[in-house]
Amino acid sequence: MSAGRIERTEPAITPELIRRHGLSDEEYERCRSVLGRAPNYTELGIFSAMWSEHCSYKSSRVHLRKLPTSGPRVVQGPGENAGVVDIGDGDVAVFKMESHNHPSFIEPVQGAATGVGGILRDVFTMGARPIASLNALRFGAPDAPRMKYLIAGVVHGISSYGNSMGVPTVGGEVTFNPCYNGNILVNAFTLGVAKRDRIFLGKAEGPGNPVIYFGSKTGRDGIHGATMASDVFEVGVEASRPTVQVGDPFTEKLLLEASLELMGTDLLVGIQDMGAAGLTCSTLEMAGRAGTGVVVDLAKVPRREAGMSPYEVMLSESQERMLMVVRRGQEERALAIIRKYDLDGEVIGEVTADGCARIMEEGRVVANVPAEPLSEASPVYSRPMKEPAWLMRRRALDLASVPMPSDLGAVLQRMIGSPNLCSREWVWRQYDHSVQARTVVRPGSDAAVMRLFGPGSGSGSAEKGLAMSSDCNPRFCLLDPKLGAAHAVAESARNVACSGAVPLAATDCLNFGSPENPEIMWQFAQAVEGMSEACRSLGTPIVSGNVSFYNETTSASEGTTPVHPTPTVVMVGLMADARRSVTSWFVDEGDLVVLLGRTLEEIGASEYLALLHGREEGAPPALDLTLEAAVQDLCVRAAQRGIVRSAHDCSEGGLAVTLAESCMGGTDALGTGAPLRGARIDLPGGIREDALLFGESASRVVLSIAEKDLPALETLAREVAGGNPARAVPLRVIGRVEGAGDAASLDIRSEGSRLLTSRVAELHRICHATLPRMMTS
Amino acid sequence: MSAREHAGGAMRAAVVVFPGSNSDHEAWHVVHNVLGQPAELVWHKETTLDGFDVVILPGGFAHGDYLRAGAIARFSPIMAAVERHAARGGVVLGICNGFQVLTEAGLLPGVLMRNKDISFISRDAWVRVENETTRLTMACRKGEVLRIPIAHGEGRYVADSPLLDRLEKEGRILLRYCGPRGEIDDRFNVNGSERAIAGIMNERGNVFGLMPHPERDAEPIVGLGQGRQLFASLLESFRRAAA
Repeated sequence: MSAGRIERTEPAITPELIRRHGLSDEEYERCRSVLGRAPNYTELGIFSAMWSEHCSYKSSRVHLRKLPTSGPRVVQGPGENAGVVDIGDGDVAVFKMESHNHPSFIEPVQGAATGVGGILRDVFTMGARPIASLNALRFGAPDAPRMKYLIAGVVHGISSYGNSMGVPTVGGEVTFNPCYNGNILVNAFTLGVAKRDRIFLGKAEGPGNPVIYFGSKTGRDGIHGATMASDVFEVGVEASRPTVQVGDPFTEKLLLEASLELMGTDLLVGIQDMGAAGLTCSTLEMAGRAGTGVVVDLAKVPRREAGMSPYEVMLSESQERMLMVVRRGQEERALAIIRKYDLDGEVIGEVTADGCARIMEEGRVVANVPAEPLSEASPVYSRPMKEPAWLMRRRALDLASVPMPSDLGAVLQRMIGSPNLCSREWVWRQYDHSVQARTVVRPGSDAAVMRLFGPGSGSGSAEKGLAMSSDCNPRFCLLDPKLGAAHAVAESARNVACSGAVPLAATDCLNFGSPENPEIMWQFAQAVEGMSEACRSLGTPIVSGNVSFYNETTSASEGTTPVHPTPTVVMVGLMADARRSVTSWFVDEGDLVVLLGRTLEEIGASEYLALLHGREEGAPPALDLTLEAAVQDLCVRAAQRGIVRSAHDCSEGGLAVTLAESCMGGTDALGTGAPLRGARIDLPGGIREDALLFGESASRVVLSIAEKDLPALETLAREVAGGNPARAVPLRVIGRVEGAGDAASLDIRSEGSRLLTSRVAELHRICHATLPRMMTS
Repeated sequence: MSAREHAGGAMRAAVVVFPGSNSDHEAWHVVHNVLGQPAELVWHKETTLDGFDVVILPGGFAHGDYLRAGAIARFSPIMAAVERHAARGGVVLGICNGFQVLTEAGLLPGVLMRNKDISFISRDAWVRVENETTRLTMACRKGEVLRIPIAHGEGRYVADSPLLDRLEKEGRILLRYCGPRGEIDDRFNVNGSERAIAGIMNERGNVFGLMPHPERDAEPIVGLGQGRQLFASLLESFRRAAA
């Protein structure tokens, strides 16, 4: 080190310092007993990061154990950097979703950008080339303070990072709800592909093997980000800006290519990215998983600035850094590859057999902690739970108290132009969704579909495709967390099935308030139960995921406001021939419009009830998972048979919004794409007209098919049922695709009497005007 | 066998890989798998392009491009070889960031500025073929409208009027942004380029630059497949030259 090194005196360990590190008294005692002595300052920082909620899952673990995580296609379940699923022919899909909520609220551009960077690293660390990203964004009311700044910043951050990396951002969700005014959610998903026999794990195996650091230099940015992510926001959080890291996608691209080139050699033993809690987490987890130890010399760590303390180096969350273990004697070959990409790379230590992470600086031990108890045996809490007293009351909805609107056509226009239902084109227009030339179905349909460039690609023959969709209805989850979370799984699987793919497995990102609040903990436990039940029924295990607690705001005037429970699910599905993928918009005039599923008198928890009547109440729609599985099965079989012209999941906004979207969904704001289509629809009666049009009954899909294919569809439905009445999919022709372009209109009747007629071009204009207007006003 | 030693193909293509290139694989894919021609990825630190007929500078963010798109790439070792290749009449095709690199290197005139509405734009754009007699467009008809993806933040083509007049007069404007029926209208000039310019060539007709990405939609599975026509034109030009 330089001669000008500053002599440091480390702070004494006081109860105040322990509290500021987010450790409870019991946790501090546990830390003393693990060490057999009191920790020093650096060690306290290490314990604090490793046992933070963000890194240790200490409050969620007992519940997460209930999730189904295995299955015939699961190669790697939760616990590694990402989940791995077999997709045949020796190929695997590697994917995960992660939150970057707190940093994005403090500094939206860098917060969202580094969220994307982190999830990309999680995926390529496993040996996979990332081929698609999605994101689920939850914002507050558009007119809430800072909200437009946050929206613009988050979208820009995702776009600048993902676009530079050359990974297409192909879909996601945007939700607006005042519950996110003080705590937006930014959940980022990435999927990569690899060969099954070339998957790399984060294990520091083989004592004596060198440990190599590579990527960017370490600076003072993001120190204690993991601890921050495990705390509640207080008003005035902008002061926390220095804890948000700054992303550099160019370095990340180099890191990606260097990592994949290293993985193509026989040098590597284990590899892990440095994400939350940086060098601390990567060293301890790699040793912990392998049951080994590591010794690291901090003087060798490339640094951006002089005078950093061991504490700072260990806890920095500087971006674009990796840690790897290579076979002994191969370090020069590995470093040569790193240098080809002009990245920093240094041997900073080696694997040991003593089970400890020994951190050295200039010959002196600055921290010495046992790896396994810190990473694998962190505290586990069964926190108290209590159903909120207000919930039953809020869930009881007296339909008679909901007035029937007089002009249903006006209601449709208002809904289609509302922030939650309008076109998201303003957002995804800024995301490069065509790079890599894999995108078969682009943003705007039910699920994105990517081709895999298998053998014969380019010749026009069949190519495998992967479909993916992100879903969660936070209002459903507020009013019934268990049912709402089951809906999230069902809807994401249904979207994937609508595209023609068989749902295989999912990842989740569970965003909740403080686990120390028994009502929040109850919501969490319920949501995990609901997800587990739905995943079991649909045969789709959860292979990776992330928990984000403490998504709430505290202010003197309003007390504590938690976000709605938001368990976001991304389902991934497989299709043998991506040329057979299906989009959600009507294609040919004269085609029959077919409704699958049952429409009940359900308006509880609906967008209609919230938007038109200002009420977030009532019970979410019932969910029959047996019927759900049958509906999805039918969609997939019909798509594979090539008889589906369009398929659109019926969810937020109900049947009328779904039909309107199928009429105009293929046409973008400028008029590129499929032409506008009209439809003439006649629905059965028997329930309130608003429930018929805008209710959100589950397990429904609107298909369009050529008239000649109706018998084939009915035959497939009988095959799917296989004589089991619970699997008999209600199937009803409700109308026809009719009219095109400016002349097209959507005409909906019930038992022959008119409910509404809307010009499709007008709906299209309204639907596309909302976000641009919101963002420029 | 490397592509440059390949004897069988009519068109041997090099795709230059700058550290931040991100559309290199698909350019390679179109030449190699869709057209069935020998193609090779060439790292930017290499110094020769001998043996290649076509050199493609692909899309991406060559060196991060925090300064100005393409500004640093011209200092990559490979660029001297690209210049020699162009000087001896070899075909050079710059796509998106590759176009930016070519203007920064002075191989094509004009400059690519930030889009008119500032933000990055990713969409399908219609472009009209203005000159169907060039090596890049000979498989198209004059006035033909192609739908091809664009994805850029800095794609607004800018040059002074005398230069624009000259490009126009010499038939060096290859593609213009247009509407679905070929109409030229500000509405469809998505990035605000001067005279709706989407692609140009040099005086000699062997160096081409375009903002749209034909390599991203050269097969029906990912769209209309119309990007193929530009690559097919190049191949046709070599076949004719060989005949």
